[in-house]
Amino acid sequence: MSNQAVSTTVNGDPVQFVCDPRETLLDVLRDRIGLTGSKEGCGTGDCGACSVTVDGRLVCSCLVLGVEAEGKKIETVEGIAEGPNLHVLQEKIIEHAALQCGICTPGILVAAKNLLEKNTNPTETEIRYWLAGNLCRCTGYDKIVRAVQAAAEDLRKAG
Amino acid sequence: MKYHKPTSFKEAVALAEGAEGVTRFLAGGTDVLVQLRLDIVTPDTLVDMKAIAGVKDITRNEDGSWDIGVAVSGAEMTEHPTLGKEWPGLVEAMDLIGSTQVQGRATLVGNLCNGSPAADSVPALMATGAVVTVEGKNGTRQLAVADVPTGPGKTSLAAHEVITNIHIPPRGQNAADAYERFIPRTEMDIAVVGCAVNLRLDGDKIVEATVVMGAVAPTIRIVPDAAKAIIGTTLDDAAKDKLAEAVRAACQPIDDKRGTIEFRVHVAGVLAKRVAQTAYDRARTAH
Amino acid sequence: MAFDTQTEKQFKYIGTRPKRQDGVDKVTGHALYGADTYKAGMLHGAIVRSPHAHARIIKIDTSKAEALDGVKAVVTRADFATGLTGENWNILENIMADKTALYDGHAIAAIAATSNLIARDAVKLVEVEYEILPHVTDIKEAISEGAPIIRESSIEANVPPDHHKNITRRFECGKGDVDVGFAEADLIVERDFTTEAAHQGYIEPHACLAHMTADGKGELWCTTQGHYNVQRICAALLGMETSQLRVTASEIGGGFGAKTTVFIDPVALALSRKANRPVKMVMTRSEVLRATGPASSSWSTVKVGMKKDGTITAAQATYRLQGGAFPSAPSESPAQVTFAPYDIEHAEMVGLSVMTNRPKQAAFRAPGAPMGVFASEQVLDEMAQELGIDPIELRLKNAAKEGTRGVHGPTFKRIGLIETLEAAKAHPHYSIPLKENQGRGVACGFWFNFGGSTSVSMALSEDGSVALSIGTPDIGGSRASMALMAAEVLGIPYEDIRVTVADTASLGYNDNTHGSRVTYAVGLATIEACRSAVKEMCKRAALKWGIDEEAVSWEDGYAKPSGPNAGDFEPLPLKAIASEMTKTGGPINGHFEASPNTAGPGFATHLVDVEVDPETGKTTVLRYTVVMDAGKAIHPDYVEGQMQGGAVQGIGWALNEEYVYGKDGRLQNTVFLDYRVPVASDLPMIDCVIIEVPNPGHPFGVRGVGETSIVPPLGAVANAVSNATGVRQTDLPMSPPRVLKGILEKQKANG
Repeated sequence: MSNQAVSTTVNGDPVQFVCDPRETLLDVLRDRIGLTGSKEGCGTGDCGACSVTVDGRLVCSCLVLGVEAEGKKIETVEGIAEGPNLHVLQEKIIEHAALQCGICTPGILVAAKNLLEKNTNPTETEIRYWLAGNLCRCTGYDKIVRAVQAAAEDLRKAG
Repeated sequence: MKYHKPTSFKEAVALAEGAEGVTRFLAGGTDVLVQLRLDIVTPDTLVDMKAIAGVKDITRNEDGSWDIGVAVSGAEMTEHPTLGKEWPGLVEAMDLIGSTQVQGRATLVGNLCNGSPAADSVPALMATGAVVTVEGKNGTRQLAVADVPTGPGKTSLAAHEVITNIHIPPRGQNAADAYERFIPRTEMDIAVVGCAVNLRLDGDKIVEATVVMGAVAPTIRIVPDAAKAIIGTTLDDAAKDKLAEAVRAACQPIDDKRGTIEFRVHVAGVLAKRVAQTAYDRARTAH
Repeated sequence: MAFDTQTEKQFKYIGTRPKRQDGVDKVTGHALYGADTYKAGMLHGAIVRSPHAHARIIKIDTSKAEALDGVKAVVTRADFATGLTGENWNILENIMADKTALYDGHAIAAIAATSNLIARDAVKLVEVEYEILPHVTDIKEAISEGAPIIRESSIEANVPPDHHKNITRRFECGKGDVDVGFAEADLIVERDFTTEAAHQGYIEPHACLAHMTADGKGELWCTTQGHYNVQRICAALLGMETSQLRVTASEIGGGFGAKTTVFIDPVALALSRKANRPVKMVMTRSEVLRATGPASSSWSTVKVGMKKDGTITAAQATYRLQGGAFPSAPSESPAQVTFAPYDIEHAEMVGLSVMTNRPKQAAFRAPGAPMGVFASEQVLDEMAQELGIDPIELRLKNAAKEGTRGVHGPTFKRIGLIETLEAAKAHPHYSIPLKENQGRGVACGFWFNFGGSTSVSMALSEDGSVALSIGTPDIGGSRASMALMAAEVLGIPYEDIRVTVADTASLGYNDNTHGSRVTYAVGLATIEACRSAVKEMCKRAALKWGIDEEAVSWEDGYAKPSGPNAGDFEPLPLKAIASEMTKTGGPINGHFEASPNTAGPGFATHLVDVEVDPETGKTTVLRYTVVMDAGKAIHPDYVEGQMQGGAVQGIGWALNEEYVYGKDGRLQNTVFLDYRVPVASDLPMIDCVIIEVPNPGHPFGVRGVGETSIVPPLGAVANAVSNATGVRQTDLPMSPPRVLKGILEKQKANG
């Protein structure tokens, strides 16, 4: 196999890895870098559990090749908290019991954070459509939407 | 699989020409990677287009026409400050593809080259009268978008050919486009029926129109009879009924997991009326 | 275990909504699920699957795969135990075909290689020669003349010989004489209904990491609803002693019933045994959909007799459930469940299990009940309309209560159905006016709930904090509920209790996290384990004070002298007793082991409003209200979570989820793109009303809440769509093509 060396940045840290070009960014994050917070629920971009940002753009890491990470800045769920301080979205997800099994939670967090960076006052409909690619089978989404609304409110108050 | 990241279209063409087995061009990857994951197509050669200069550009030319780079994502089209004002139908069609995450990657050219009869952006793109530039070993050629798809999963491009640009004609006055699709959920589905309408008014009267239907035939198709049904009218109920009739007559759908023949034909008419109305209302308020 | 009258007092911790203890791990990405662990030298497993719905396996040639660089082991059926019987044999036959591939996706062989990509490449190199056999995937066709008989040897003894040979089980229950009941009726309605298979749709695919060592011992890490069950089944399928296999449950990314059995775990163990290296296996989504069990599809016939005043005089029903190529469809469940909410004198219920060439059905949240209720609650709705009776009033008129003997046999103790109906009637939702093309649906649902074998252990630390070990994977916040119950009994803060899901070598046997049993049964065991520690702490205080053990009471975290000694000594806090425990008699721990069988039946009433686009048949859910009796909500957030989640899974099943098989017997919708579970933008907020009618069989009054929540929604949504369109919805899913067809046919008939 013609493996390739890749240099990239993950959650602010410089990272180098070697991978088969068929490996996805998700494979690489999990199996080569040891960041298993991003989950594979489908492998076809339909569930959003593997959501990450690449140069600030929200994507499914299962639909990005590992080799495409060269020179990019990748952010994953592991990079959301700052040290021991949880991000307000993480706090609200816990407070609102917006997770049951928690497998979709990393993807929801990455996607919702990306939304709130663009819009700190999304409507319920905007939240629901933004998160339409993040499947949750446990909660029926109610508490997730409320948690995102609560986080947005806190962010607005914080200015 | 060999992965290449050329820095020019010429280099990309050379790579494709020299490659053995299956070659795929990678822009957004939202089809290529899915096919790879599902073991439908594992390319021997993968040519990543994103390092080529200009592929992420959206340019409004002096004459009012647009050039859209082959690696411009749906999200970049939606976020563009003026593209969606002139071509709301094209932008909304692209925006309907997949999730927010997919929007971060998916491209117009990818959607076109995937050759799906149910592609959302392609009817809207055809309705605009867009032309693509194709580069191959024998040089470049221009091709109407309508001439690209030839059947499910098939295009008129040769193995060594690659699309280098999408050119959209000037919007002009009193005109607008619209796209809508039918899906069983609100998001994340493939179109069961898709319809794009692009039209121009003179006063209240439609003077130019293009009606394009998706997911109702082996390829996305322009329906000239549907356009005829509304040209010269003010899109009154009688015109809309004729439009629906013409659209339904042009349908040659299949029964599959996403819908029945009967359903597709019926909904094609319903959708055409709704989309034409949206385009008409937009054109009335356009400058 | 009886309901504690003392707990009628105000609870201090129960009913509050503290943060779950695994919250930080789960929002930071650190929680480890099935696919999240690695071992040095680990191989990756992949499975060769049948592309045919029914085929004899003539030959499996693995030579090319074995020759591929990096391939370390190949296993087939020959690598598993022989001589198995009963359900163990069925499970083995399902996870690895023997002589016949029984459905599209059936495992034929498995490979372990040094990377996932090599394993997948090797799968493509395995050459299997098949002789294709006739197949059947549709339940009606499966019991029609001429259908291929799938496995005659599975037919149970009580199935009459005149039944079709694909009917493997017949269950009957009822009471009275339905002929008498129907003779008393003013109105009789009989209808047929069908539902499609729905997958549990958990977002985490099955995953495990297995390691068998040369000494015959094994370690297994896996995502499961019950690791003791995994241990028992895997040991049997591998032909090893149960205790030699230690199973650790990972965090679990959803299960909803389907992770109560095994699919890849024994295969990974077999590969590891052969390769003598650790083997990781992770299913793809397509494998999950093709080869793990969805809920049964069904075909029901329901007949109800009613007096003009709405009194049900008789109910008769036959529920046929398709269980795949295995004799396991839960057809007894709809027979028992569907009419249980009603006090009916004459009832006759039959359940039939039907075999087809589909994957082995697996449990899905109240298995068998939702599809039955889809039928029964629609017949009641139709009759209410015919008689001009409000649908809630109709149900109230017939509602079961304490003392009612259910059609399934048992007499109910204290239950809360009437309370849910009254609350639904009073809810503002029920009086919101509806517009054109909108409809409202009401349905009730019942589920037995389960107790099951349970072991719990708690250990006191010298600083007064508590470690609680439970053996049921936490699938939806149960660690928080256990900590709350322990806090209540011990009288110490919730935060002082750490709850761990112990592995099979660290705690005694526990049944699965299933049957809505965890908060009830494990909670009960937690309470009793803590009470045994409290007893010991009172003993230590008595020793210290030199008084009788019986003269010490435990209040709010303190041992207090009581009776004649009341006030003689300063109360001793738990922390003080803990700090001295090694000097006063040794460690203080609490245990409880039991199989409680007094799980309180759960009842719910659901209200839903929909709007149907008359031109496309597309349904939009406008509002949804779940009213359910939880007995006692320990952590109300997670009770609501169960109510909302169950309702939404039901909405998906009702509207768009289905298994689509082609004429070739192959599953056509094997990705989430086409297996359409509800997405966030499809739904409104889901309102919840928690009713608390204490379960007389639990110290705090807890009833299970996980399953009842999915029983009513199929019927409720169908009633709403029927009312919006004026067309009775007899078939699921109510996908736009089907609903539109009904609308257009009605328009045609009306001219």
